[in-house]
Amino acid sequence: MQVLLKGKLGGAKAPPQIFREQIAVFRRSGYVFLWGLVLHMKDIMKSLYNIRLLDELAEKQTVVHSIHPLAKLLTTMIYLIVVVSFGKYEVAGLLPLIFYPVIIIALAEIPLLPILKRMLLVAPFALGIGAFNPIFDNATMFVLGGFRLSGGWVSFFSITIKLFLALMGTLTLIVTTGMDRLAAALRMLRVPRIFVLQLLLTYRYISLLMEEVARTMQAYSLRAPFHHGVQPGVWGSLAGNLFLRTLQRAQSVYQAMVQRGFIGEYNTGYDSRMTINDTLYLCGWVVFFLTVRFYNIPVFIGSLVTGVGK
Amino acid sequence: MIHHIIEVKNLHYIYPDERKALNSVSFRIVHGDSVGIVGANGAGKTTLLMLLAGAFFPSQGEVIVGGVPVVKKNLPLIRQKIGMLFQNPDDQLFMTTVYDDVAFGPRNYKLDGQEVEKRVSQALAMVGIEHLQNRAPYKLSGGEKRAAAIATILSMTPDILVMDEPSAALDPRSRRGLITLLNGFAHTKIIASHDLDLVFELCDRTIVLKDGEVISDGPTATILTDMALIEQSGLEAPLSLQNCPVCRARKESL
Ligand SMILES: Nc1ncnc2c1ncn2[C@@H]1O[C@H](COP(=O)(O)OP(=O)(O)OP(=O)(O)O)[C@@H](O)[C@H]1O
Ligand SMILES: [Mg+2]
Repeated sequence: MQVLLKGKLGGAKAPPQIFREQIAVFRRSGYVFLWGLVLHMKDIMKSLYNIRLLDELAEKQTVVHSIHPLAKLLTTMIYLIVVVSFGKYEVAGLLPLIFYPVIIIALAEIPLLPILKRMLLVAPFALGIGAFNPIFDNATMFVLGGFRLSGGWVSFFSITIKLFLALMGTLTLIVTTGMDRLAAALRMLRVPRIFVLQLLLTYRYISLLMEEVARTMQAYSLRAPFHHGVQPGVWGSLAGNLFLRTLQRAQSVYQAMVQRGFIGEYNTGYDSRMTINDTLYLCGWVVFFLTVRFYNIPVFIGSLVTGVGK
Repeated sequence: MIHHIIEVKNLHYIYPDERKALNSVSFRIVHGDSVGIVGANGAGKTTLLMLLAGAFFPSQGEVIVGGVPVVKKNLPLIRQKIGMLFQNPDDQLFMTTVYDDVAFGPRNYKLDGQEVEKRVSQALAMVGIEHLQNRAPYKLSGGEKRAAAIATILSMTPDILVMDEPSAALDPRSRRGLITLLNGFAHTKIIASHDLDLVFELCDRTIVLKDGEVISDGPTATILTDMALIEQSGLEAPLSLQNCPVCRARKESL
């Protein structure tokens, strides 16, 4: 494989190896980021009341919320890149990165439980990605108190931790920024308008769909008080109805948007300039991430302790 | 003032599922007119307003607003002139707070921050909902949603107001407030409603629709007192013109 890659890269036009790796990392972090967004959309709280909880959290007024969306977006992107750039078998070095979401959640006064619940929703996917590693990669790496720990298990832990961190990072971004401002930040980064628009409308559509589902279920259960769940015979017409109604509502909402001068550019009233504070926020975190990336802090602390012990 | 004239010529509209909603509708509304559009459920009022605002395009015939035909390429211009209030406020409110929703239009026109703020607070004050500005629109009561939807239109300072059932879901006092508000609005107004009392108070002229056709068009005072016509269109006379329900005394006036 290595040889093959090198062979390919030998050509004059191919990008140098180092860039290739970075591109791959970028791509991976892009997937993780999108996945985080999908996760938010998968907001399946049953009651109408909770459907837009994350939107509401984004309206809080805390230090973190007041940071410029672009600064937060860049911080999160760098965070994701740092997370996925750790080696396949790295576990301990990753751990200090948990401080980022934890500190943000604390400062932004975000209730932890709903966030963790949403994380649980995708846990099966997350575990699925690394699930085969222990089977395919069973060369012994450590022996821990008589237990043989294979490379597969170590990489499995590593992947799980990375996904957990990436999801936490993305969720805290959404919850402290809000989709509209996030879109504005993406536009400031010159992400093509069409993609941002698609993201926003999909996001709107999902919350409309959720609301219609909740309403339909309410209407159904009021008229069928003795059924537990929806009877199989009604599923088809219920689902079809739901689809058409949501489509209709999405169209009306879109109409209302264009009626008011919407031309595909979401204008959230933010100007693109960041203040000194925003820049400091960004730089502060980047310094922290890079320190964690290039110095294995747990090992460092460990050696300090053992050094003192000697 | 040519720019506030609305001309509707031989308008037909057929929904994609083949339902004929409008059939050969024509009228002309001049600047400063206040026109009521009445008719029973399914008469075609909403469809007509949607065509006026360029939300749909006619199957046949045309709509001209301020000398500009309502066709796709003129829509940005038309939308600046016309402020349309939807029948269902849930369709109209889509941001996370009432404030952001009211600011949505002005921000799209790239007004500077101060101007946006000014417009939003004016619009909120006009409908009397300053206290709701930080609430989530989808958590308001029906009437509060209606008021917020009206504020989203007012913040755009349109020349022409087009409203679909503006008084539906309003309590009597808010309804009174709305009537006072609209009476103070000097521009062209087009109001579709079943609330004939509201039409009676606000509109000088009334167009009666039935099954997608104009069956009458004239001064409100004449039309709404024409009991045969009201009956034919499937409506009921305004309460203010009906006999007293308690003592059966006939109304003196008119
Ligand atoms: N999306 C649609 N698809 C197909 N037919 C429709 C659609 N919307 C309305 N119609 C039909 O078009 C006709 C006119 O409807 P419209 O909504 O304009 O009535 P309306 O006068 O506004 O009624 P209401 O007073 O109940 O609001 C009705 O017969 C209705 O069934
Ligand atoms: Mg209607």
